[in-house]
Amino acid sequence: MKEYNLNESFITKIAEEKALTTKDLQVYYGNNHAIFDANLEFPRFEITALIGASGCGKSTFLRCLNRMNDKRARVDGEIMYRNLDINSPKINVYEVRKHIGMVFQRPNPFAKSIRENITFALKNAGITKKEILEQRLEQSLKDAALWDEVKDDLDKSALALSGGQQQRLCIARSIAMHPDILLLDEPASALDPISTSKIEETLETLKKNYTIIIVTHNLQQASRISDYTAFLHLGHIIEYNTTANVFTKPKMQATEDYVSGNFG
Amino acid sequence: MNAKKYDHLATGVIYTLVVAVILILVAILGYILFNGVPDISWHFLTSAAQSFSAGGGIRDQLFNSLYLLVLTIIVSLPIGLGAGIYLSEYAKDNWFTDLIRTSVEVLSSLPSVVVGLFGYLLFVIKLNLGFSILSGAIALTFFNLPLLTRNIEESLRSVPDLQREAGMSLGLSNWKTTTKIVLPAALPGILTGLILSAGRIFGEAAALIYTAGQSAPTVDYTNWNIFSSTSFLNPMRPAETLAVHIWKVNTESVTPDAHLISSASSAVLIIVILIFNLGARFLGNQLYKKITATK
Repeated sequence: MKEYNLNESFITKIAEEKALTTKDLQVYYGNNHAIFDANLEFPRFEITALIGASGCGKSTFLRCLNRMNDKRARVDGEIMYRNLDINSPKINVYEVRKHIGMVFQRPNPFAKSIRENITFALKNAGITKKEILEQRLEQSLKDAALWDEVKDDLDKSALALSGGQQQRLCIARSIAMHPDILLLDEPASALDPISTSKIEETLETLKKNYTIIIVTHNLQQASRISDYTAFLHLGHIIEYNTTANVFTKPKMQATEDYVSGNFG
Repeated sequence: MNAKKYDHLATGVIYTLVVAVILILVAILGYILFNGVPDISWHFLTSAAQSFSAGGGIRDQLFNSLYLLVLTIIVSLPIGLGAGIYLSEYAKDNWFTDLIRTSVEVLSSLPSVVVGLFGYLLFVIKLNLGFSILSGAIALTFFNLPLLTRNIEESLRSVPDLQREAGMSLGLSNWKTTTKIVLPAALPGILTGLILSAGRIFGEAAALIYTAGQSAPTVDYTNWNIFSSTSFLNPMRPAETLAVHIWKVNTESVTPDAHLISSASSAVLIIVILIFNLGARFLGNQLYKKITATK
């Protein structure tokens, strides 16, 4: 593998409104330092892609953003969300996760009906009015482009859906909570091309109302759907810029090698 | 020899072994049912046992077995559930957890007669509970708990971590995720394990001889006051169960039809356990369908 200077980086500052900012974020798995000094600003109502080779830390970084690394890793540094450091131990993590939702690599619907999948967390969050639940159910499924396919089968098991439908259900489940930010960890990597393009279309529509941060190892996908792209290498953020710049005018040699396929 | 011949040979050996297992099981089951079923009658199931004359039934023993089973499950299920949830969902991987697991394993291989004698010394004598259903139920809890805990832990563990992450990512607490997402998904497995352990409890004799006792006093099935000594629900009365009855009839009974009683009782025992097993599968499947909404 080619050696790059990991301490050199190009991180652009965001002019527009920020949804989330990380300051000197460090992640340690035991003695293993996994993320080094991550300083990123995520613009509101845009799609930001995190790219990089397997094991570069992009999923680890993403999971910090709604505290899913609690109990798995030590995370130092600040994550600023609405002037609040959500990485602080005083923060109610359950509340954080209601504002910052997450969709995982493999579809993981609950072993419940489609309706229950969506409404379960809502009821738990104290929403009990039937009309509101119904309205959220329909709206989130529409937003996730799943409504037309399942509207007659809402009481059937979510496990009977295809992989692509399950993943869109998981997206719907997240957005039914009306989060601010949606984190997606390679949401299309287990899906076929048709399901993938449906998910991508869904994300394009969602970005009107949500800030989206997506980890992907599919470079075409990153260049197709994202507005900003961060390139990670061995736990360091090497380059962060608008997607157009990252893919066409990369500033760092490592980025250029990676996006042009000359990496490793 | 080539691969194909090897394969044929291996298949043949495996089939022979399977047939041997099936033959042994069918022979035992067949012998018990063949000898016992013809003597089972409504009269046999609903009349009291006789000490000296022929024609006694197993009404009280059958009831005692079922009652003891219910009490044992009432005592052991909450403990097993708590321990299972702790081991699967909360425990960290360290020496303490390993110690608990090892203890549970050792306890599960404890001979039931040892459990019985321990129960005799501690509950019957020391705690002054006497030969009673309660002593028996606690002893059977000791006997049942290791496997039940293990079963619950394994059932919970078999639920993929992705389910837990899904719950957590929606802002559910650890406890909510465990009880509302993981536990329902594991319920069919837990239920199957519970009913299978009910079969073991139902057939247990050695642990009960010294704890629940060997006598079946006449009880009044219309007396619902559990504190009354004649009530069928009184947990402080001694209670001979079906399995203990079989043992006793075969060792020290003086009734002329002891052989008949023992055969028929054995058949009843086997049939009830068979019903438990089939019921476990059926219930497990139904429950899974209901929870997951699969038709």
